[in-house]
Amino acid sequence: MPIDWFPLWLSLRVALIATAGAAAVGIPAAYWLANREFKGKDIVDAAVTLPLVLPPTVVGYYLLVVLGRESWFGRAYESVFGEPLVFTWQAAVVAAVLHSAPLLVKSTRAALESVDHAYERAARTLGAPEWKVFLRVTLPLARRPVMAAAALAFARSLGDFGVTIMVAGNIPGRTQTVAVAIYDAVEGGNGDTARWLVIVVSAVSLALLTLANRLTPRRIPR
Amino acid sequence: MIAARLRKAFPAGPDSPPFTLDVQFEADAGVTVLFGPSGSGKTLTLDCIAGFERPDDGQILLDDAILFDSAARVFLPPQARHCGYVFQNYALFPHMTLRQNMEFAAAALKKLERHKRVTEMLERFQLGDVGGRRPHELSGGQKQRGSIARALLARPRVLLLDEPAQGLDAALRQELYAILREVQSEFPLPALLVTHNLEEALELGAQMHVFREGRIVQSGTPQSVLDEPASADIARLLGIYNLLPAEILELDPGRNTSRLRVGEWEINGVYYPGQLKGDRVMLCVSPSQVLVTASEGYPRANTMGMELRHAVAGPDRARLLFGDGFRAEVDRKEWEAISRAKGFAVEIPAAALRLVKG
Repeated sequence: MPIDWFPLWLSLRVALIATAGAAAVGIPAAYWLANREFKGKDIVDAAVTLPLVLPPTVVGYYLLVVLGRESWFGRAYESVFGEPLVFTWQAAVVAAVLHSAPLLVKSTRAALESVDHAYERAARTLGAPEWKVFLRVTLPLARRPVMAAAALAFARSLGDFGVTIMVAGNIPGRTQTVAVAIYDAVEGGNGDTARWLVIVVSAVSLALLTLANRLTPRRIPR
Repeated sequence: MIAARLRKAFPAGPDSPPFTLDVQFEADAGVTVLFGPSGSGKTLTLDCIAGFERPDDGQILLDDAILFDSAARVFLPPQARHCGYVFQNYALFPHMTLRQNMEFAAAALKKLERHKRVTEMLERFQLGDVGGRRPHELSGGQKQRGSIARALLARPRVLLLDEPAQGLDAALRQELYAILREVQSEFPLPALLVTHNLEEALELGAQMHVFREGRIVQSGTPQSVLDEPASADIARLLGIYNLLPAEILELDPGRNTSRLRVGEWEINGVYYPGQLKGDRVMLCVSPSQVLVTASEGYPRANTMGMELRHAVAGPDRARLLFGDGFRAEVDRKEWEAISRAKGFAVEIPAAALRLVKG
């Protein structure tokens, strides 16, 4: 039986979009956590980290509650797009964002905080508003560790099983991502498919982690 | 003109004692030196003025602007303060060329005007040829000039310089002093210079405030502070004086003399008004005002035998270190004439014995 590579392509597409989404949400969140002091910051920080430690099924359950056809968001989505969000590949993207964003926020925050404050202070005394300090000084100086964080987020999106199966299900040719497909192949005794998908996913993930390591400088240039 | 009154308290940390900054000073155009040991609050003072730190209490005025006023709850952000800050390691943005660094500071100007001003400033600081280079491709002197030029491009109303000569070799230090003097004549702004280097204070300072443990303990021209340290502590901070604990044995206002016991020796001093017989005092002696003789010779007045520990012969002066850390500085030729002697004695002229508060 020829190997069905669809789950791999779907996973790569989902992971790519999810990483962009996680960066769009996570980088501002990391900036906020790195720069603002407020009451209950430790609780917010813990809540942001929660998806890293919760069982993926728990995260998936919450997502179903928020995005499901009975929720106000689910109904609103269905009335705009004409079909429910859950059990589509778009739902897999949302799952992957939630699965990977905490990791991205944590590493990005560390990267932003590692930038020598003298540069940011210099920019401020030169009259640059805060958004410009961030976009022209902090972020460029932290770009390598931030890209490393994105690579890690991509790898984590690629590897999600639990959240995806809860909200996107296991519809071959539509929502079956590579992690789910491997499970399916093993269950169905399709050893060849399982083997090849495992090898490819391992190789891609190894490459991403190596890239992340190379991007993380041993020290921030001063 | 800048006027600052600042108070900021830090509670004790796991490995730091509590610290309170409590200072008040004014500075006009010209260099005002904030002098003191590390941890005495000099840089914290600059950071409060620049708006990086918020004092608990006080007021900061720059020309007609209120930068900070705890009573009126005014706290301008650094962007609105017009403070040109020159950082210890220059803080030129490493991911931009020197020209881009300059343009960043002149962002408020229209493109053509900006280009013109940046070019003028680069030329002015002899950086015209290296505008396209990144900071790591610049020499130490170029980085130094670049950071000053960048600060000036933002049209500051005060310059804040945080140990700009720290870690520079002697030649670069001299170059920096020359540049700062030129900047002072061309851009007559108040400048606050943080340093713990006395030579730098003397080279550049019109005024000087001596910081110790968060307070200003003496103010004046650098020369006046050097000549008349207000206390033994300050004399110690200046790091150039010998300090000798002594006891007053006799005082004679009529003949303007006194008799003092220093360790096992008795020496003559001048009359010290306000002191009493039996007072224990601290004497402050400049190393360059003492005489060193070979002790085999005829014993002279005001002379103490001392054990030589170390001698360094410089180009014209010899620096000698005796037991108990007593330092002397004499003419090199004079030193060479006696350097082979077996023992030495140090003579302190009565006029060189200055009394300071313990």
